[in-house]
Amino acid sequence: MLTPATEAEVADAVGSARGPLRIRGGGTRDPGRPGPGEVLSVAGLAGIELYEPGALTLVVRAGTALAEVEALLAAEGQRLPFEPPDLRGLLGTAGVSTIGGVLATNASGPRRVQAGAARDAALGVRFVDGAGRVVKNGGRVMKNVTGYDLVRLMAGSRGTLGVLTEVALKVLPAPPASAMLRLEGLAPADAVAAMAAALCSPFEVTGAAHLPGDGPDAGTLLRIEGFEDSVAYRAAQLSAVLRPWGEVVADREQARVAGAWARVRDAVPFHARQGDVWRVSLRASRAAEVLARVAGACDLNDWFMDWGGGLLWMCLPEGTDLRAHAGTFDGHATLVRASDATRARIAPVPPEAPAVAALSRALRARFDPRGLLNPGLMDAA
Amino acid sequence: MKMPVPDRGVIDRKAAIVAGLRRIVPGAGVIDAPEELRAYECDALAAYRCPPLAVVLPSTTEEVSAVLRFLHGQGVPVVPRGSGTSLAGGALPTADSVILGVSRMTRVLEVDLADRIIRVESGRTNLSVSGAVEADGFFYAPDPSSQLACAIAGNVAMNSGGAHCLKYGVTTNNLLGVTMVLMDGTVVTLGGGHMDAGGLDLLGVVCGSEGQLGVVTEATLRILPKPEGARPVLIAFGSNEVAGACVSDIIRAGVLPVAIEFMDRPCIEACEAFAKAGYPDCEALLIVEVEGSEAEIDHQIGLIRQIAGRHAPLEFRESRSADEAARIWLGRKSAFGAMGRIADYICLDGTIPVSELPRVLAGIADLSAKYGLKVANVFHAGDGNMHPLILFDANDPADLDRAERLGADILTLCVQAGGCLTGEHGVGVEKRDLMGVQFAPADMEAQMAVKDVFDPSWLLNPAKVFPLDVSAARRRGADAA
Repeated sequence: MLTPATEAEVADAVGSARGPLRIRGGGTRDPGRPGPGEVLSVAGLAGIELYEPGALTLVVRAGTALAEVEALLAAEGQRLPFEPPDLRGLLGTAGVSTIGGVLATNASGPRRVQAGAARDAALGVRFVDGAGRVVKNGGRVMKNVTGYDLVRLMAGSRGTLGVLTEVALKVLPAPPASAMLRLEGLAPADAVAAMAAALCSPFEVTGAAHLPGDGPDAGTLLRIEGFEDSVAYRAAQLSAVLRPWGEVVADREQARVAGAWARVRDAVPFHARQGDVWRVSLRASRAAEVLARVAGACDLNDWFMDWGGGLLWMCLPEGTDLRAHAGTFDGHATLVRASDATRARIAPVPPEAPAVAALSRALRARFDPRGLLNPGLMDAA
Repeated sequence: MKMPVPDRGVIDRKAAIVAGLRRIVPGAGVIDAPEELRAYECDALAAYRCPPLAVVLPSTTEEVSAVLRFLHGQGVPVVPRGSGTSLAGGALPTADSVILGVSRMTRVLEVDLADRIIRVESGRTNLSVSGAVEADGFFYAPDPSSQLACAIAGNVAMNSGGAHCLKYGVTTNNLLGVTMVLMDGTVVTLGGGHMDAGGLDLLGVVCGSEGQLGVVTEATLRILPKPEGARPVLIAFGSNEVAGACVSDIIRAGVLPVAIEFMDRPCIEACEAFAKAGYPDCEALLIVEVEGSEAEIDHQIGLIRQIAGRHAPLEFRESRSADEAARIWLGRKSAFGAMGRIADYICLDGTIPVSELPRVLAGIADLSAKYGLKVANVFHAGDGNMHPLILFDANDPADLDRAERLGADILTLCVQAGGCLTGEHGVGVEKRDLMGVQFAPADMEAQMAVKDVFDPSWLLNPAKVFPLDVSAARRRGADAA
């Protein structure tokens, strides 16, 4: 394993590499297709470069632990807007999630529906491309249209275009209060409709999820965050909006609210379940229809919805190709958890239209001319 | 400002090129008469003008595709144009280029309120996107000050911002998908009604690529429910430093206003003379707007009043009616018009870290004195996006040159302070030759590699964004000599 401690050492390691490299932050997310190569870990590139709470700006080295970043922000009453999931419980991985890995996989939780994804919070990056060249893009300021936006291109590129060495992020105030509203017993289509009504209201819903079943953790969940009085007011208003779908139970207990959303964020309902886990990103209004198609075609072990229905988590029997059963829809399906054998057979990263795939392939060839960086990891074929 | 020497070979083939375009786009959709081409010789950076070879105004994605395929085959440079409101010269043509305008493509293709999206043709104006969903209680958040005229195509090309980005983000944060046509005529769909890319986020790099990667013909945009209400306050201060510190404290306190606008004395005075908004006599003022229900607004304004109180404001003015709110915004909204009455101006667009505000404003004042040109500052303070306005006399070529050199020095100062050359207007031709101040050669090489992939022949808007000497080897008929 290569363990560079500085950006220059990363550049050296990539520049002098003779064969494929597997780029790793903390190794907790295991994205894409397994492949060959020596592990290059950026965990040694740790540390906060700059944190200005008054400017909502944070610059950190890519190997910095996510937990360290979150603790630093919490001490100032701030947080990452996009609520990155902790996937260790789902994937059975150990280790320490890094901020570089979060951005490289565009890891975004329930608040994505209101505050944007990791890619939206990213202000700047430094990375080493496949030729060992150090590149910077973006910066540390909120508004920046100087040159092409490679920041968003790097977000979600899973280490295939370059090795992230430094990341600048926009952070947000962590509101002092929150509330959760819950509806019980809704069918999928009704749950999506109720969540849409909430998200279409002016009451700034920061989470909208639906977990099927009857238990205390199940139901259609809506989250509101803000100053105390404002949360109380909006919770009351939103309850009225949701009334047509049944009795609304409000919970203002911070720890319970946080726990419920951590369950959604980290896909806790699937932790103890056997089977492959798929994450389907789609137009929310089509979620019930796609769900019904998949359920009709194969043994659906379990499922739940986040992002108002725009994110459908599904657990299927091992080796089942969800894409073969979901039909065509506006969106895509990513295989998040499966055996290496399944991931060798079914591409974890969704296939693209030929013209788009050609562009992606050509970009990889330009940024990584020797094909060293996570080769095959994002291949759809 | 240098532009490439136009390709004589292309100009000599004008008749054949125009005839070819007419075979694809019939009637008035192809413009080649010299007097009509004058309308396309510049955008809102009016200091630079050059009529194009021809203008083509297709009505469909298929026509755009056929036009680009034809021009690609002919080796003719193409300058995409939305509404021509770029302040950076993004739509400035060369004599050997064809302007491809999307102004005929203005339809709303789909509105889905439940999914909170709207799909439009890219020639539609920014404000009319909001207009299409306003009656249903929704709006499109990015609001560049040219929003009445500017097209979504240009917004996507420049990743446009506006006054309310602090809360709602810029175009890239509100853009879910595009249909675009590559220079060789290939039609590509990126994103759609879902939220994130499955593979590489190509949509992310297309947004803000200044019309150099493809011609966007349709866009899927996120719309948002309108807030219950919004209200501004005006806070006057005795110095820029104190106003800057107040901005930082408001943000730290966890209040997230939708807008924090900053004006300095030269700007306040000019606006007051022009719009008579009744602004106080002070060194700096902030306009802070918050949203929510009446009670939520009262609460936030209460917090802001407390914070501002610690900075000994000269005045803290609340609005108690729509009329009073409008008067608070009046001066700010007429700032550019007010400046235009006094003199010609160059509007800069650098962004700086908010903490650097006092130091950069002092630096701008020093440079202003050194060049002997007045500079007024009005900007989006919450996100550090400055708009220094350099006043000069356009009838005096020496004055324009001086103003441009002062502008370059101010932008260099922004970069040195940890910021960037342009926060929302784009590089275009205006800041093209300053790119080296912010980027090392390897940084620009990585960006140009993206263009190599999307537009291998470098025919789309080729003389923009990258310094001419840096892009020379890639462009056709290189003017490197």
